[in-house]
Amino acid sequence: MKILIVDDFSTMRRIIKNLLRDLGFTNTDEADDGNSALPMLKSGKYDFLVTDWNMPGMSGFDLLKAVRADENLKNLPVLMVTAEAKRDQIVAAAQAGVNGYVVKPFTAAVLKEKIEKIFERIQ
Amino acid sequence: MSDSNKNHQSLDPEVAAKLESQSAELAESVQAGDYARAMTLINELSDTRDQSLYREVGRLTRSLHEAIRNFQIDPRNAEQKEALSKMSDASDRLEYVVQMTGQAANRTMDLVEVSMPMAHAIRDEARALSAEWARLRRREMAPAEFRELYGRIDRFFSSLSTEADTIYSNLSEILLAQDFQDLTGQVIQKVTNLVKEVEEHLLSLVVMASHVDQLTGTVHQIEDKQVSAEEGVGPQMNAEERDDVVSGQDDVDDLLSSLGF
Repeated sequence: MKILIVDDFSTMRRIIKNLLRDLGFTNTDEADDGNSALPMLKSGKYDFLVTDWNMPGMSGFDLLKAVRADENLKNLPVLMVTAEAKRDQIVAAAQAGVNGYVVKPFTAAVLKEKIEKIFERIQ
Repeated sequence: MSDSNKNHQSLDPEVAAKLESQSAELAESVQAGDYARAMTLINELSDTRDQSLYREVGRLTRSLHEAIRNFQIDPRNAEQKEALSKMSDASDRLEYVVQMTGQAANRTMDLVEVSMPMAHAIRDEARALSAEWARLRRREMAPAEFRELYGRIDRFFSSLSTEADTIYSNLSEILLAQDFQDLTGQVIQKVTNLVKEVEEHLLSLVVMASHVDQLTGTVHQIEDKQVSAEEGVGPQMNAEERDDVVSGQDDVDDLLSSLGF
């Protein structure tokens, strides 16, 4: 299971990386915005994408749309972990095909629950 | 300014008196059929209006200059230059906050990442020893195995005390790493004060500009800027009091399940 973590803050990437490791996911890579994440996704055979929304360069929302528009990536599970808390935004993310949505600040238990739920649905 | 009572209020009393007498005289001349005099009076009225307009514009220009000077965006002397540098100073200060909080977060995570495997190792060894200990109590252990266990328990106790010390000192360093809150708190308060100050000066500029608009009869077409939901806006304040914002993960889950998620 190879996971890409996209967030513009290295501390947040590190927190998510640590939490994922505790859940048994040790194969993770990091990117700091959509522009650097997209080429990695296209070439890297990732099984799961965890992304922030608000980032300079390409936002997580645009990254989600780009992933869904790509023939090879359109089924990639995407979990959004973000401080964006407007109802409109959550609806927009759902319509764009997000698989899970976690608002910051979040707990390890919430992250675990959402990830497990996504994998349950895929299997 | 012909159609506004608000402008009448700000009109110079001298000008108002002049307008009043001139218009009365104009009405009289028209009634008396003295059209030549009426035309002269109309010209004089127009002059009076122009003069009052010039005077108002002059007054506003002075106020505007005053406001701009207070706003400190016109560095003509050392004092103003220093004030202007408050702005770049403020962004430097905020940059410092980002750095300090980043450093503290990384320092904390370094120490956590060192301590976690230690806790794991202690747990694993304690479990293994406890299983061996149970075998011993059930008298299932050969003497050679017992001698091995004997040494292992010794080593466990000695490593337990060193590692507990390390974990303790890591925890107290994590505690110390939180001292950024005091420093960043002070910096943020200073910047907040500056923002408030700038806001007040900006407000007086806006009031000034609206006077100019009133005087010249300028109407601005202000379009409501629609912010797209797709644009990231960052953390929301006072989420509990707002309907358009979720106040936590439970809200998100409810919203998504209402959408059939």
